[in-house]
Amino acid sequence: MTPAAHASFHFPRRHLLTCEGLSAKEINSLLDLADKAAEVNRQVNKKRDILRGRTLINLFFEVSTRTQSSFELAGKRMGADVMNMNVSTSSVQKGETLIDTAMTLNAMRPDIIVVRHHAAGAVELLAQKVDCSVINAGDGAHEHPTQALLDALTIRRAKGRVSGLTVAICGDILHSRVARSNIHVLNTLGANVRVVAPSTLLPSAVERLGVEVYTDMWKGLEGCDIVMMLRLQRERMQGAYLPSTREYYHFFGLDHDKLERAKPDALIMHPGPMNRGVEIASAIADHSRSVIQDQVEMGVAVRMAVLEAVARHLPNH
Amino acid sequence: MSPARKTGVAGSDPEVTVFLNARLIDPASGRDEPGGLLVRDAIIADLGGHLRRNAPEGAKVIDCQGHVLAPGLIDCQVFTGDPGQEHRETLKTASFAAAAGGVTTIVCMPDTEPVIDQVALVDYVQRRARERAIVNVHIMAALTRGLKGEEMAEIGLLQRAGAIAFSNGKSSVANSRMMRNALLYAKDFGALVVHHTEDSFLSAGAAMNSGEVATRIGLPGVHKAAETIVVERDVRLVELTGGRYHASTLSCAESLAVIRQAKDRKLPVTCGVSINHLTLNENDIGPYRTFFKIRPPLRAEDDRVAMVRGLAAGDIDVIVSSHDPQDADVKRRPFAEAADGAIGLETLLAAALRLYHNGEIQLLPLLRAMTINPAKLLGLPSGRLEKGAPADLLLFDPDVPWVVDREQLRSRSKNSPFDESKMQGRVLRTIVAGTCVYQYGEPPRG
Repeated sequence: MTPAAHASFHFPRRHLLTCEGLSAKEINSLLDLADKAAEVNRQVNKKRDILRGRTLINLFFEVSTRTQSSFELAGKRMGADVMNMNVSTSSVQKGETLIDTAMTLNAMRPDIIVVRHHAAGAVELLAQKVDCSVINAGDGAHEHPTQALLDALTIRRAKGRVSGLTVAICGDILHSRVARSNIHVLNTLGANVRVVAPSTLLPSAVERLGVEVYTDMWKGLEGCDIVMMLRLQRERMQGAYLPSTREYYHFFGLDHDKLERAKPDALIMHPGPMNRGVEIASAIADHSRSVIQDQVEMGVAVRMAVLEAVARHLPNH
Repeated sequence: MSPARKTGVAGSDPEVTVFLNARLIDPASGRDEPGGLLVRDAIIADLGGHLRRNAPEGAKVIDCQGHVLAPGLIDCQVFTGDPGQEHRETLKTASFAAAAGGVTTIVCMPDTEPVIDQVALVDYVQRRARERAIVNVHIMAALTRGLKGEEMAEIGLLQRAGAIAFSNGKSSVANSRMMRNALLYAKDFGALVVHHTEDSFLSAGAAMNSGEVATRIGLPGVHKAAETIVVERDVRLVELTGGRYHASTLSCAESLAVIRQAKDRKLPVTCGVSINHLTLNENDIGPYRTFFKIRPPLRAEDDRVAMVRGLAAGDIDVIVSSHDPQDADVKRRPFAEAADGAIGLETLLAAALRLYHNGEIQLLPLLRAMTINPAKLLGLPSGRLEKGAPADLLLFDPDVPWVVDREQLRSRSKNSPFDESKMQGRVLRTIVAGTCVYQYGEPPRG
């Protein structure tokens, strides 16, 4: 990092638990760092030694392939020793509470724990009980900060800015931590944020988070710079929230007809994994304006940046 | 049930005790005046201005130093873990908590293991209370077997065994026909049906009130309509059956409006509110603080204000602590997975006095909802300062400041939402049937 970049770097936090509350300066500091990491990741030698000797634990209470492997790769490229722990629901039901698990891991003296949990607030609870840095990799329907940061980085690299862009977040907003984190990051960076969903998949008072609400996707995509699709969980498709996947696809699936309402250079995003033919037409997913693969690439870069940023607050650094 | 008396200070009780120099407050008669009160054989023998300074010969004298002497509080919603979950709370520890809070009568809810839905269990709890509790204990028996809402419990026999009212505990009877029949059948016995009002389909999976706060912190929420829907249905059923009905803990303006209209139509309907919904709101949850996870959930500030106004207007009949002890294991969890419930016996009066000090309600109507109103609702002779009434008394200083420290609370569980809260007003003495069961500054007995 150049001295100038170092001087402007600002991230005075030991944990990354939420995007709500992050300042534009903090977000931009992380994105700047991630830009550099992205360059390193395209070189033959991707290994750095910033986290050499450090131990990173990936603690996943919920199954995840993408986020976990992305953090694993990020940790290894930064030089850390990475351990993956998948705590299945069954072992939790054996009686060990989240706090017990946290205390046990804490005794192993890790430097950073990356946590995903199915309950909102669980990562914050765990962070209160351990001495190391904690990174939220998704807690219930609350937040998924690194996803929102990688989305912002993808947008910034493709469009040169985030401020002033109109972003439509489409799909299951109600159950989505990705949507909540993105709403906070995009608003903080000065974008206009819309949410597009059937009313059954909108959380109560969502407009209070500073978004425009659309229940008609054709209108919601009008003049958008970014179309950000969300994954629809299978268990939500049949009856309780929606009549059928067929009907959902008709009204809320991203196809050519609806995409035409967006700006001609609008980008298509999806956090993955995609349900092709449910929330997104297969051809759209592979569209020339789809940046879905870039999101995956930026995911590793953003996580390297976040690890580096929190590591600055570890003792003996 | 007869009050527990034998646990008094061993054999030293004189037959006659006089409380001098008190500010007598009796919500039943509207009395608020300087005076004294004479207790003979566990009964209020005399009271008034003439006893302010003059003690009868041979009486044990207690100088109240101008503090408030009022009827002991009656709390008609107390959950214990006795039987089955004694690590959370026993009748004994609940009664110690009650005594420290100025509560002289508690009504125990049927949500125990096993559920109090049989005569033998009523007998058991009564015996345990006689042997161990230092305040009066009454039993709210199960309205339906196992609280499942499917089959009626033996309302007549349970009542004969001593059950004071019938409730479906922490759940609502979802089946409207069951509820109708329960009201109809209970009416033949003059039995009171107390109901928790919550549509369990609407509230399934919810961890808090729906709205901006829930959306922001990513918790599944339930709209307050889930409560009002059941209140509205129940009022229709009361109209149909004529059964006596009490909505146990309302939490929003809309539900209260339904009750108010039912009262205007002279239906036999009353309602209660928990101290939590009078003094706290959903913002208190803050960063997932599970001690504020209760049912019904804490609502918005507008609803809290509506509940206080309803109380001041007399639309709300009783305040309960809804004391619900939960241990650390079930509270130190992610919010959605943590148990519901907050303890409240020991902080009931002090928390209620917040409303008085904030100018939201006068002292008389505030105390009325914790004394004579619950007494009338349950048909108890206590809850009043009156010649011939049981000498269940509360002496308190309405102004002295203090800070709640949950480690100092007598309840076996420490899940108090008022931990570290600043309070104004505290209990100095609690007297049950003429015997002092709590005195501020003295270590608990037993």
